[in-house]
Amino acid sequence: MDIDKNIADRWHNSEILLLGGSAGSFKLLFHIVKILPPSLDKVVIIIMHRKRNFQSSIEKLFAENSSMPIREISDKDKINKNTIYIAPANYHVLIEKDHSFALDVSDALWYSKPSIDITFESAAEIYNDRCTAILFSGANEDGAQGLLKLKNTGSLTIAQHPDDAEMPEMPKKAISINATDYVLKSNEIFVLLQN
Amino acid sequence: MNVSSQGLTAEQITELIDLVKKVHGFDFSEYSKASLKRRLSRIMMIKKLEYYDLKHTLVNSPDFFQNFLEEITVNVTEMFRDPSFYKALNNQVVPYLSTYQHIKIWSAGCSSGEEVYSLAILLDQAGLKNKSFIYGTDVNTVVLKEARMGIYSYRNIKSYAENYQLSGLKGSLTDHFTTMYDAATVHSELKTNTLFSVHNLISDTVFNEFQLISCRNVFIYFEMQLQEKILELFYKSLCPHGFLCLGSKETIRSDSFKKKFKAVNLKENIYQKIGY
Repeated sequence: MDIDKNIADRWHNSEILLLGGSAGSFKLLFHIVKILPPSLDKVVIIIMHRKRNFQSSIEKLFAENSSMPIREISDKDKINKNTIYIAPANYHVLIEKDHSFALDVSDALWYSKPSIDITFESAAEIYNDRCTAILFSGANEDGAQGLLKLKNTGSLTIAQHPDDAEMPEMPKKAISINATDYVLKSNEIFVLLQN
Repeated sequence: MNVSSQGLTAEQITELIDLVKKVHGFDFSEYSKASLKRRLSRIMMIKKLEYYDLKHTLVNSPDFFQNFLEEITVNVTEMFRDPSFYKALNNQVVPYLSTYQHIKIWSAGCSSGEEVYSLAILLDQAGLKNKSFIYGTDVNTVVLKEARMGIYSYRNIKSYAENYQLSGLKGSLTDHFTTMYDAATVHSELKTNTLFSVHNLISDTVFNEFQLISCRNVFIYFEMQLQEKILELFYKSLCPHGFLCLGSKETIRSDSFKKKFKAVNLKENIYQKIGY
């Protein structure tokens, strides 16, 4: 599969990979965690909607299948390269200027805590154009506004193709407000991230 | 596009912090900046205020500040939030507490009282309620009023019922409430031996000696230096071997305090004071 040179360059130049997903995104995120190479040299932050009492089994499953270290985010954690960070259930994740995480328990957005919008917007404020952000399947509208903000600050923004998504609403919303630089099928996303 | 995306600058945030400190005596200078920025942007959006209007209103409308404080401090909480914490408390801490003649507990940053009543239910089931006293404190007087009333929306109570089941307590959460229409009122027995009052963790000092202090999901809003100051306050407020409970994603990071507290449960961040 050929990848657009422009998108590949922008992906290579970015320092932070942001992944947002809700219903129907688990398998895709799991696959990505599996295929990301240990030599990636980027920060990976995953915001995945999940039930508030759904304990840390996801981290364990991801850790057993990834060649990168996985960490469920704790408050004030320093953000390091070559680590996959996962937003904990029932907390929003913000990013501080000194490149550490700050957690927040304020109201859910789009019935979701963690909220993809909140982390994406915070990342846009701190990292401006240094991110690649991908929005996956989901049944609500979370992530679209955050993705738009990232696009406006110059980061690379991608949505999973709605035809390819188990729940198309989330990527659809992002596309409808023009928050995406590219709309790609999951296979194309996998190829890009391994490129 | 919403107000938050226009973005307050770091200088503007510092100016607002200074202004609030001078005019109202509240010091937000060591609050998490990422969170503060989000809360300030939210207030500006809800109240439809531009930056200069916000400054002007903070100085000239005395009533506005209480409202401002409510919006800045996050008051979202649940009954039995993190059921695994309550389980650990029951298994690892309650047996120890039961050996005290009198158990004093401080719920610091108690918001609308959900944690205080959760602890009251837990102590009641352990047969310790009569020899316990729970102090709930918060900086915000409005939420303290709600805490004293102990009236919650029935819908919320129903959503906390799952937490209750998972925490392994007997019966169901609704057993502890009287429900009328959408209002669930906590049983008056649970309110006995509880007291809610104003306390500012940043500026107020030790006010009693406790066997257990619970301060969960408050530190996330504070920068590290401020966390350490408040850890010192908690250390001084605990009896020898007293327990400190932090939120499930909040850990003691400072080396000096790691020496002053031993971890009882690292996953749930339950600590015990070492020394006197």
